[in-house]
Parts: sequence; C-alpha cells; structure tokens
Amino acid sequence: MPAADFSLDSVSVLLVWTAIAIYALAFIAYAVDLARRSDLALQQKDAATDAARSRELVGAASVAGTGASGAVASDAGGSAISRVRAEEDAAAVNLAARPGARRRYLWARIGTSLTVLGFLFHVAADITRGIAAGRVPWSNMYEFALTGTMLIVAVYLVVLLRYDLRFLGTFITGLVTVLLGATAIWFYTVVVPLSDPLKSVWLVIHVFVASLATALFALAFALSVMQLLQARRERLAIAADAVAAEERDAEASVVAETPANPVRTGPRFLRTLPSADALESLAYRFAIIGFIFWTFTLIAGSIWANDAWGRYWGFDTKEVWTFVIWVLYAGYIHARATRGWRGTRSAWLSIVGFTAVMFNFTIVNMFFKGLHVYSGLN
Amino acid sequence: MSSSLSDPLRPDDHADGAPRTGRPTGDIAQPRLGVVGWLRWGWRQLTSMRTALVLLLLLAIAAIPGSIVPQRTADPNGVSQYRTDNPDLYPILDHLQLFDVYSSAWFSAIYILLFISLIGCVIPRTTHHLGALRARPPRTPVRLSRLDDHAETVRAVPAGRDASDEASHAVDLAQQQLRKAGYRVERYDTPATAKRPAVASVSAERGYARETGNLIFHGALVGVLLSVGIGGGLTYTGQTVIVEGDSFVNSLGLGYTSFNPGRFVDTESLPPYSLTLDSFDVSYVPVGEAGQGMAGDFAANLTTREPGQDAKKQTVRVNHPIDMAGDRVYLMGNGYAPTITVRNPAGDVVFREDVEFLPQDTNMTSLGVVKVPDGLPEQMGLVGFFYPTAATLHSGAFTSAYPALANPLLTVDVYVGDLGIDDGTPRNVYALDTSGMTQLTGRSIGVDSLKLEPGQTVDLPDGLGTITFDDNTATGGAETVKRYVSLSVHRDIGAPFVLLFAVIALLGLLAALFVPRRRLWVKAVSTGPGELTFEYAGLARGEDPAIAVAVEGLQREHQRALDAEGWPAQGSTPTAPSDPAATPSSASTTTPDDANLPA
Ligand code: HEM
Repeated sequence: MPAADFSLDSVSVLLVWTAIAIYALAFIAYAVDLARRSDLALQQKDAATDAARSRELVGAASVAGTGASGAVASDAGGSAISRVRAEEDAAAVNLAARPGARRRYLWARIGTSLTVLGFLFHVAADITRGIAAGRVPWSNMYEFALTGTMLIVAVYLVVLLRYDLRFLGTFITGLVTVLLGATAIWFYTVVVPLSDPLKSVWLVIHVFVASLATALFALAFALSVMQLLQARRERLAIAADAVAAEERDAEASVVAETPANPVRTGPRFLRTLPSADALESLAYRFAIIGFIFWTFTLIAGSIWANDAWGRYWGFDTKEVWTFVIWVLYAGYIHARATRGWRGTRSAWLSIVGFTAVMFNFTIVNMFFKGLHVYSGLN
Repeated sequence: MSSSLSDPLRPDDHADGAPRTGRPTGDIAQPRLGVVGWLRWGWRQLTSMRTALVLLLLLAIAAIPGSIVPQRTADPNGVSQYRTDNPDLYPILDHLQLFDVYSSAWFSAIYILLFISLIGCVIPRTTHHLGALRARPPRTPVRLSRLDDHAETVRAVPAGRDASDEASHAVDLAQQQLRKAGYRVERYDTPATAKRPAVASVSAERGYARETGNLIFHGALVGVLLSVGIGGGLTYTGQTVIVEGDSFVNSLGLGYTSFNPGRFVDTESLPPYSLTLDSFDVSYVPVGEAGQGMAGDFAANLTTREPGQDAKKQTVRVNHPIDMAGDRVYLMGNGYAPTITVRNPAGDVVFREDVEFLPQDTNMTSLGVVKVPDGLPEQMGLVGFFYPTAATLHSGAFTSAYPALANPLLTVDVYVGDLGIDDGTPRNVYALDTSGMTQLTGRSIGVDSLKLEPGQTVDLPDGLGTITFDDNTATGGAETVKRYVSLSVHRDIGAPFVLLFAVIALLGLLAALFVPRRRLWVKAVSTGPGELTFEYAGLARGEDPAIAVAVEGLQREHQRALDAEGWPAQGSTPTAPSDPAATPSSASTTTPDDANLPA
C-alpha cells in the first residue's frame, strides 16, 4: 500500500479509490435499471400506443418505423415471436436514437451520470499519477491497468453518444470496478523511474492503442453475450408458437388464442434490447475497429521489440498471446462470413477472443515468464 | 441476394452465397469422380471459408503451448531448467517438439496449409476482381420498392415541359451527383411501350476498393510470411562481450561468444569493422529513494572503425542500436570485470585478466570463474563473488546492497585438481566443473573464502602463490573496477520487408473493413400527366451500416437539385398513391423477388 505521507501520488491513490467507489455505485444504478427497465418500457409503450391510437383516430398517417408501430403490432396479439420482433424493432429504434430522443430510464441515467463522475476522478487520478511520476502513466502493471480501464470507460462513454448501449452499463462499470479495485489492492507500486527499455515513444503508442482495442473488444464481447441471450429468447418464442399451433390443431374447437402470459425466455430486460441480428452486427462493428487497433498494436510492438531487443518477433510469452488474440479475432471475422458460422457460433468466438484478452492482461502479466517483465510486481 | 459480374468472387461456403442445396450440383456432387475430380474436390475443400476458419482457430490453439513451456529460441536456460526439474516429462515433451513449438512439424503444417489455402483462395478472386474492375454497374431492378432501403418522391414537371425529356434530364442530374460521390454509373433508360411508360434510370455502384483491400490484405500476409522465411535464412545474430578498453572485431573466429547464422549466410565475409568500448555509463536511483538501486540510462560509449573511414565515437543505448555496415548493434547487458592477477610462489604472473562476472541480482552481486591451467604445480580453478557494495547478512554471508562501487569486495574459493579442459571438450568459460577438483577455501568446507578489496593481494592457500585484485584507477581507469558490456550484433535483411508488408496489410484491412460497398439507383417514371415519380433505392453488398443514410442523402440532394432547376415545389401535385405496388409501372410483373433483380 502507498506511503502515508502526503504526495501527489497519494492524492492519485485517493482519487483512484474515489473513482472505484463511484463506479460501484454506477454499477448498482445500472443493475437496478436492468431489473426495472422492462416495466418502464412497457409503460412507455402503452403511452406511445395510446398516442398512436389517438393519432389514427384523427386520421393522420402513422409513421412507419417508430417505436409506436412496434408497440401497436405487439398489442395486436398474435404469435410470441411476432411480439418479440415488435419489441426488438422498437428497441432497435431506441438504440440508434439521438441521446435526447432515447427512452427515459431513470436508473440508467443515474448510472451514466455516476459513470461520468467516476470517469472524471479516474482521469484526475491518472493525470496526477503521471505528474507524480514525471512521465506517461503506463509503465508498470499498476499504471497499465489504471490507464487501460480509464480508456475502457472513455470508449464506452463516447459510444453512448452514438448508440444507446446503457444496457451494457452494468457490464462495463462492473468490469472496471473489479479491474481497478484489484489493481489498487494488489498492483500498487510506488513511482520509480522508467526502466531503459520502456523509454520509447513506441511504448506510449503501443500501450495506448492496445487499451483502446481492449475497450472495443469488451463492448463487442458484451454485445455478443446479449446476442446469445436474445437469440435464445427468439428461439424459445418460435418454439412456443409451434407448441401453441399444435395445441390449437389438437383442440380446434377451443378458443384459438395464444396464451396471454409470455413464455419464460430469459432476463426480462431482453425485452428492451434489439434483435440478435442487430446486436451481432453492432458487436461486429466494434470488433473490427478493435481488430484494426490490435493489428496496429502488433506492428507497433514489433517495431519497439526490434529496437529494444534486437528482433521484431521472438515468440516471447506476451507476443504469443498478442498473436493468439489477433488470430482469434481474424477467426471471428471469418466466421461472420462463413455459412453456418454467422450468428451464435461466431458470437462464441467473440467471447473466446475477449476472454483471451483478459487472460493476457491479468494472468499472463502476472504469472507467465518472459521478456515483458514490466509489471513491477515481484 | 443477387450476384453479378462485379460482385467479388467468394468461396462456396461464404455466408453471402446461396445455400448449397439451392444451387445446381455441378461437378462436386457427381457420383463418379475421377482423379481430377477428387483433386478438384480436395482443392475446393482446402480453399473454403470453413477450412480457413478451422485452420485459423487451430493456429491460435497451437501457438499457446509455446507460452507455457519454455522455448529453446526464446529461453534456452528455461529449457535446461525444465530438464533438471522434470527429468521424466522432458523427453516426452521434447519428442512432441514442445520446446520448439514455432518450428515444430505440427505448427508448421497448420500455417503452411493456411497459406496454401490463402493463396488458392486469393488467386481466383484476384483474376475475377480484375475483370470486375472493368464491369459496368448492373441493370436497374424493375421493382426498386422491394429493396429494404427505398424512398420515393412524386413531383410535378415544370409547366410546359415534356415529361419524358424531363425524366431523362432529372436522371442526368442524379448521374452527375453520383459520379461526383465516387460511384461508377451507368444509364439504363427504356423507351415507352404500349403497356408501360418510359423509364429513365441510373445504376451506380461503389466500393470496389473493399475487395481490392481484402485482396491486398491477404496478399500482404503472404508477403509477411515470405519476408520472414527468406529473411530468416539471410539473418545472423551474434553476441559479444567487451571490457572497457578492449575491442571487438567483427569476424567469426575472433569476436563472438556465440553466433547464429541463417541458412544462407556466408560467415566468411562478414563486414570487417571493429568496436572499442571506451567507457560504460549507468545511473542508479540513489539510496533512500523509491526504486533504490534501479539502474538506467545505460550507455556504451564506443569508438567504431570501418575500413576506409575515420574512427567514430558512437553510443549504444537500450532502444537505440547503432548501425555498422548494415549490422545493428544492440546493448544487451553489462557487468563488472575485476582484473585478477595470479602469481606463483616465485612471483611470476601465471594469470592476468579482466574477468567478466555475471550479475546475479539487481544489486549486481556477481559470479565469476577463473581457470589457471598452467604455471602452478596443479591446475587451479577460482570461483569468485563480487559485491560492488558489500554488506553482511545475519548469516554472516556477504551480499551486495547497492549496484554501484561503494564498497567493492571480491571473495574467492579456490579449487585445485583437473579443470577438465585438456581433452578438448568445449567448456563454458563462466562455469567451473569441480567434479575432479579439491576445494581449499569456502564456507561449505569451513575455511574462510579469500577476501580482497581493489588493490589488495592475498596469499593463496597451501603456498600456491598469491592473488591480486587490481585497482583499475592505478592504471588510469575512472573507477576501481572495470565494467563490461554485452552486445548483440544483428543483420536482418527481411525485417524492413516484414514491416512494409505489415503496413500494406493494415492499409488493405482498413479498406476491406470500412469501405462500404453498395449500389444505388435513381429511377424516374411518368405516373400521370405532368407528373414524375422518382424512386431511390440502395443495396448494401456486405457490411454497410450507413446504407439507409446514403439513400436518404441521395434523395435529399437530388430533390434539391431539382428545386434549383426551378421545379415546382413538392406537394403541388395531385396526391399519388404511396404504395408503389399499386403504381402502373410495377404492377405488371409478378416474378419472385430475386428474379426481379438482374442476374
Ligand atoms: C493467414 C490467414 C488469414 C487471415 C489472418 C485472414 C484474415 C482475414 C481478415 C482480417 C478478414 C476481414 C477483412 C476483410 O473482409 O477483408 C478476412 C476476410 C476474408 N478472408 Fe481471410 N484471412 C486468412 C486466410 C483466408 C483464407 C485461407 C481464405 C480463403 C478461404 C480467406 C478468405 C477470406 C474472405 C473471402 C474474406 C472476406 C470476408 C467477407 O466477405 O467479409 N482468408 N480475412
């Protein structure tokens, strides 16, 4: 743990802990949001439906493709899958809506505000650490983690401006709380001068870009997980329809109506998420940007290795894992273009890819032997 | 999805292709396959997307063991250690080539197959794409309204002008607009017939760079592999150690402590240059500060000489190698090289050398070995520990507390007997094989080790003579003990090419992933007296998140252009039915969806 005396670095540590606490609160807020958002969505849908009905009464043409049209369709009853599809279409509209035009999820708003606040503390912590050290704050495991998690939050917040991904808030704030917490507890190292091999512009570039890639892969991962859940929900809905159809055939005389209560198809917040397809293409978009950054990381790392160690590539442990991750994501991108692999299977590859990223960041740094012994831990 | 000549060629099992069951079976499913048929079948399997995918995943998995088991190339000491620690497991792993994963038969098989598949995949695609680059955008589909991204505007023709002339002119505007936006365009106008009104349309396509980028990316990967492979054969790396004041000559016989040439390296004709270590600089974090004793700012100050040139002063630093006649010289390590002199009882010098001691910890506790084969009654071996800042542990043993020369101390254990070097077996100069020797001093036998400070001389046991730890300052040195550096000399002809191809691959990848490939159409149909209906539609070819925006933008811009031409404001026409299926232009055909699009 840090020295007790007052220094810029101890201020930084204090800021880190504040950020962690705020992120933890953001996590809670986002979790409450996930638990409640399907009810909220329902209420808002009803309101929208009423509005749409009254508009129809007035005789104005209804605007196709808005949340309202989805709501109408779902109200119209019909099969389970058409209800699911209607919800998904409405969610897809919300996903791409401008920040001002999004659904009002109170707890998600609180979560996002807290995340922004935590992020400000996080940035302050990172900067004070940098000033205390008199150099860029990413030269040992503690600093990598500090900066890396900061970039994960930054990417998330930037992406929020474009897409309503607040349903990933729990994942992002949870991930960052755990990583940053573990960092502060176990990885803290006092400021020491940079060791010689780290005095390179390539360090700055390499680590920075690798962190950005990690952030994008994290978002892709979370979206892929959601995609799997949503795909399951869609499958179950279709299956339920098939069962219902059979039953109807069996007792043709009885009321031909689908059961009123929806089938149990996973967490309820899924009702506010777009379709598995939409989630997949969004995940893919983040993954390919991440992949570009990762490719760049690989090249920048090789250039640096060539200067520092006299060879651009030596299958050092860290190099091996960077390569493995690169190949896994190349596999993921291919899978998306391979018949029979698009969809659920490729989503698993995205999940495996990010697992490898996390493994590389934690286990490999701490326990594997190699030239990249800059963790500063003993 | 339709396909046309300008579509990129894809392996059979690409996700955009139609499912196999839906296509004509072709020669692959014929019952009787000749040898050629089988070969073709095999080739098709090898160059399929699925094979590429499986091989990629295999490659990722196969690379992992190399990060768990120490590798001969990256960590030879780790391998020896593993052998000592796991004598039973070692031969098994060795047999499986797990200590040489990246040159193993199985790893090589995977990546060679992958690259064969890659080449087999890319070549037909390249020839196809070269053709596609000259192809014209495909015919405008009959029913644009069936496309997902579709928009319509109905406008009144300016009074007094001919509708079909205006249709053609309005499409001209769209054509210019599209061409300016980088689309390749083609007009498909059909004159009026008895049943149908005249239709003017422009078909536009863009994004050929997507496939170009993809091909460049995959091609550049082959370039990377070839550069690594061929470059590796022409590469050499060598290690050398130079003590302050000494020189290294770039020649296999003279200079190197170890040398690894690639297959095609002519070791007889290394460029003749020499390096002299004038001094070595290093700074340590002072006592009492965080990171105390941490070393940094290493700098080997060299005088370099090349034939036909004046001697130059150059400094090698970590991350900053110097270039010598195409070789790159790296600073890899440093240490202390105490000057040790041994005299026989008569006072004659039987040994005098700067002995390179290998650092054992960050405070530079260092271990060195001296072998005195001749000049004494028996062969003598010395195992020395050097402590730049000697301190005593509770146990009474010495340690070094700081890496700089604050309190230098040398302790020596003396062995006599057979050094084991007479039979010509090469021996490690940094290790002493004591199996044939008797130990005379040392903690393990309860006799104090010899202790020397710089400038001191002490007697060897058993009247063997004396040993002196020379003070380097006495002969004009800057410090009491000399330092040495270990340098690594590399020639890697392939490296710049690897970088070049890697950068090309990255650029290709950017195009392949982010250039949208799409078709846009604008069609003008007369739908009433003095009224034209404009249809705008787009079709994404592959990943294209912005297609809807593109169609909207096209519509907006085009309508604006019409406004500028003085067309009556929108909405000034009698309301037309908004369902395009009901318009006369498209009601006549009833072909299924795909057949509507030109093949
Ligand atoms: C060293 C092995 C390979 C790597 C690292 C690799 C990597 C990639 C990457 C990153 C992409 C996405 C960029 C793009 O769309 O252009 C891609 C796409 C593609 N690759 Fe490969 N690839 C490899 C081998 C192959 C092989 C052997 C084939 C042939 C079967 C192949 C066929 C394709 C195709 C057709 C696409 C386009 C996919 C699409 O339509 O989106 N690749 N590859």
